Amino acid sequence: MTTTENRPQFKVVGTRPVRHDGLEKVTGKAKYGADVILPGMLYGKVLRSPHPHARIKAIDTSGALKVPGVMAVVTSKDLPIQSDKMVELGEAHANMKQVAENCLASDKVLYKGHAVAAVAATSPHIAEEALEAIKVDYEVLPFVLSVDDAMKPGAPLLHESMVTKAILGGKPDPAKQVGKSNVSSEMRWVGGNLEQAWRDSAVIVEREFYTKPVHQGYIEPHVTTVIWNPDGRITVWTSTQHTFGVRQQTAAILQVPEGMVKVVPMEIGGGFGGKINVYLEPAAAMLSKKTGHPVKMVMTRKEVFEASGPTSGSHNKIKIGATKDGKITGWQAWFAFEAGAYPGSPVAMGAMCSSAPYVIENFDISALDIVVNKPKVAAYRAPGSPIGAYAIESVLDEIAEKLGMDPMDFRLKNASKEGTRQITGAPLGKIGNTEVMTQVKNHPHYKSPLPPGKNIGRGVAMGYWFNIGMQSSAVINVNPDGTISLVTGSVDIGGTRAAVAMQAAEILGIRAEDVIPTVADTDSIGWTGVTGGSRTAFSTGIAAINAAEEVKRQLIARAALMWEVKPEDVEFKDGLCINKKSGKDTLSIKQIVAKMMMTGGYITASATSNPKMPGAAFGAMIVDVKVDPETGKVDVLRVTAFQDAGKAAHPSYVEGQIQGGGVQGIGWALNEEYYHTKDGVMANSSWLDYRMPTTLDLPMIDPVIVEVPNPGHPFGLRGVGEVGICAPMAAVRNAVYRATGTRMYQLPMNPGVIVSAMAAQKAAKK
Amino acid sequence: MRHITGGVDKLRVEGTTIRQVLEQLESRFPGFKERIVDEEGSLQPGVAIAIGNELTVLGVLTPVQESDEVHFIPAIGGG
Amino acid sequence: MAKKIVVQTTINDMPTEFLCEPRESLLEVLREGLGLTGTKEGCNDGNCGACTVILDGRITNACLVLAAEAEGRKITTIEGVASAEKLHPLQKTFLEEAALQCGICTPGFIVAAKGLLDKEPKADEHRVRHWLAGNLCRCTGYDKIVRAVLKAEKEL
Repeated sequence: MTTTENRPQFKVVGTRPVRHDGLEKVTGKAKYGADVILPGMLYGKVLRSPHPHARIKAIDTSGALKVPGVMAVVTSKDLPIQSDKMVELGEAHANMKQVAENCLASDKVLYKGHAVAAVAATSPHIAEEALEAIKVDYEVLPFVLSVDDAMKPGAPLLHESMVTKAILGGKPDPAKQVGKSNVSSEMRWVGGNLEQAWRDSAVIVEREFYTKPVHQGYIEPHVTTVIWNPDGRITVWTSTQHTFGVRQQTAAILQVPEGMVKVVPMEIGGGFGGKINVYLEPAAAMLSKKTGHPVKMVMTRKEVFEASGPTSGSHNKIKIGATKDGKITGWQAWFAFEAGAYPGSPVAMGAMCSSAPYVIENFDISALDIVVNKPKVAAYRAPGSPIGAYAIESVLDEIAEKLGMDPMDFRLKNASKEGTRQITGAPLGKIGNTEVMTQVKNHPHYKSPLPPGKNIGRGVAMGYWFNIGMQSSAVINVNPDGTISLVTGSVDIGGTRAAVAMQAAEILGIRAEDVIPTVADTDSIGWTGVTGGSRTAFSTGIAAINAAEEVKRQLIARAALMWEVKPEDVEFKDGLCINKKSGKDTLSIKQIVAKMMMTGGYITASATSNPKMPGAAFGAMIVDVKVDPETGKVDVLRVTAFQDAGKAAHPSYVEGQIQGGGVQGIGWALNEEYYHTKDGVMANSSWLDYRMPTTLDLPMIDPVIVEVPNPGHPFGLRGVGEVGICAPMAAVRNAVYRATGTRMYQLPMNPGVIVSAMAAQKAAKK
Repeated sequence: MRHITGGVDKLRVEGTTIRQVLEQLESRFPGFKERIVDEEGSLQPGVAIAIGNELTVLGVLTPVQESDEVHFIPAIGGG
Repeated sequence: MAKKIVVQTTINDMPTEFLCEPRESLLEVLREGLGLTGTKEGCNDGNCGACTVILDGRITNACLVLAAEAEGRKITTIEGVASAEKLHPLQKTFLEEAALQCGICTPGFIVAAKGLLDKEPKADEHRVRHWLAGNLCRCTGYDKIVRAVLKAEKEL
């Protein structure tokens, strides 16, 4: 369902054509990373640390080389040593040295699963067997798995020389600065007068929340195939969200000029932020260099869990106050997120996003980034925002209840608007916050009675994501039949080929089917940012629009030539050039193009985008649940998910993002977690025990697209990929409360947790 | 960054680019600049700049006008 | 290393012969040996259904079948679902209903759903959800997939 305000109807944007790459994907013809098969190809496998924290004293690879079929072995000694070099990844800034060490550990292993060596052999089975012949001498060290343990005085340090960095307003406690720390950085925002705010409060709620790491859960494991050619040129075929990022990282780690690396994007089986960093490329490249063969490396599902990039676990303390009329007075928050083995969690974004929907004048918010002996966290769909929203939206729910206010009325009363200053001081642009809140409040789901039965409850929560801009490139070549080929560098994870093609088609007055979109490799298209951050339909769309506008200018110039008038005398409307001088002559694109060789040759245009106003997105979820008080099992009965898309380019795929993000959030709320044993090892590194939602766990997900146009895009588009995951966890938690009378303060809220919490509450009442 | 600015959280400065604004801020509040840029003058990792509600794409080279509000904010990355 | 064995089987109605090691799975041989890369590997331990094929009329995770077990059997993969002339109704409705985003789980879902509709052409929503619970999708939340399957029933 889409609600639109009064605005001009588009001809192509907003319709639902079949996506251009759809046929290949439903027939099994589309080629994903693991489908690459090259002559002479070898298979690489990785030896990984069994210890969560250890010093590497020695590695003896000689045994592996003796296994028949093994062609080469590499360790970190084969990688050029990195200087500390920061590279913009479109995601958290990465220190190249740390990325290299994460790919192949040098002096220490920092998590169970940390890569130590890699083998290339004629079959993946032989490569796996050869790993057992590699001898590693470890000095096992004590480890930490939680932010609280990592911050204790005397805690084992992951990086012995790391000192807490103050970022922007951060001011690390000087007492904690004696010696080194596992706290890599601290950020802080302070405003107004918090002490007065508490005095002005009729209600103050203060709570602590704990969350566990979860994985993005893409169905396709990480994969790469690399050939290091004799002339030094390196080709990488990989499933990645960011070809230019893979190029940058691979070139930096291998210490070769970037132009020597070509990255070919295969189709990608899901990313959600987890396929932006490189993991396998450095080892695969060195194995290829040593053998002269292409080397393919595919992670097993266990390796994906243990050695890619889940998101942070966390400990958060929230204190919020309000007047008896429901105006938020004070807002104090302390967020401590796990970064995993190397610095860089999304804690700052968690702090900023969770406060964005509200007007906050008196605040003191800290964001701590803390290393622990777990895999280095990577981005996961609106990184940080879902974790922050879980804590904040849960506390707001309690305040509303204490005040006797409807949860949405309480939020509307404090809703931020265009111009509201965020905690950073920067004002919000044109946003759809109150529009989304109002849609929630007026929706039949919100107003309907609960289904009959016991232990049923309804919960609601808001979510926010900034959306990012960044550069994209596009090239349009006009074909002799009047169709256009549109080349971009944006890997298509969720239907963006179509969404971008539709925007070019809109400008030129042609059909979506008349656009032939191609996703090109890094040698064949200009620099393009990540497919992620909810930027692709938005920014690559603008690049395609810009290229189409240039094509339009050329078509006008050709028509002017053909009519022997000036270009100013030609108007372009609905795919036709109109001769303003004669008032009646028209030329279609097909007619112009039929003569293009006589009016100057083939028509082609290239353009870029680098937008400054991505247009932030608000989302919300209403969820009804039924809880079995004996087992703690939660049945999700009904879900309605709301999102401001600005303008939905292809509504079916916008709905898909809302639904997909919503379901990931429900899984995060109810079941998903990294369960570590006391030995620091993940016990549930398979899909049997890492429990993601299945068809049987869910009802239909009712998506509501709200459209508050974004002035930063010609058609009003906002990014849509991420915000859907922000609201669900708190919405489910608030629903579970109303179903059981018990509030949860941790994630996941799995059956055991719910039963324990209910029992504890019952015992406390006695 | 009140502890650096002595409690001041909003002020007017002179300059036609952000780089010049930073020089002004540094002369008033020593220690400010290194929070924003490194020795080579590039933005510190984790830091971004907004003017009003728009992100800058030129970093410290971004020109600023008379009435512009400059905000130093954490860098944002998506997933 | 054990010597390879010869296996004779039928894949997508074509008599097929291949060499395989005793330890290789049907999934590996389909993909790397025969170039039928439409069947995908998600977990290699029978928990995600991305490798669903139809083996003698029954939907099966190809990662849990040894290639040698294909001897004398009849296998349908995603590559055999469409006819030479047209798409299967499931493929058509998956496209119309936008029931795929990244598409990696799509072959598994289409083959699994075909396995259902071949036997129960009027399965209701609950039956469809039950049947497909062995196929994981991380992108769609399943809503549009279930709708596409129900819509395909009308076009069989």
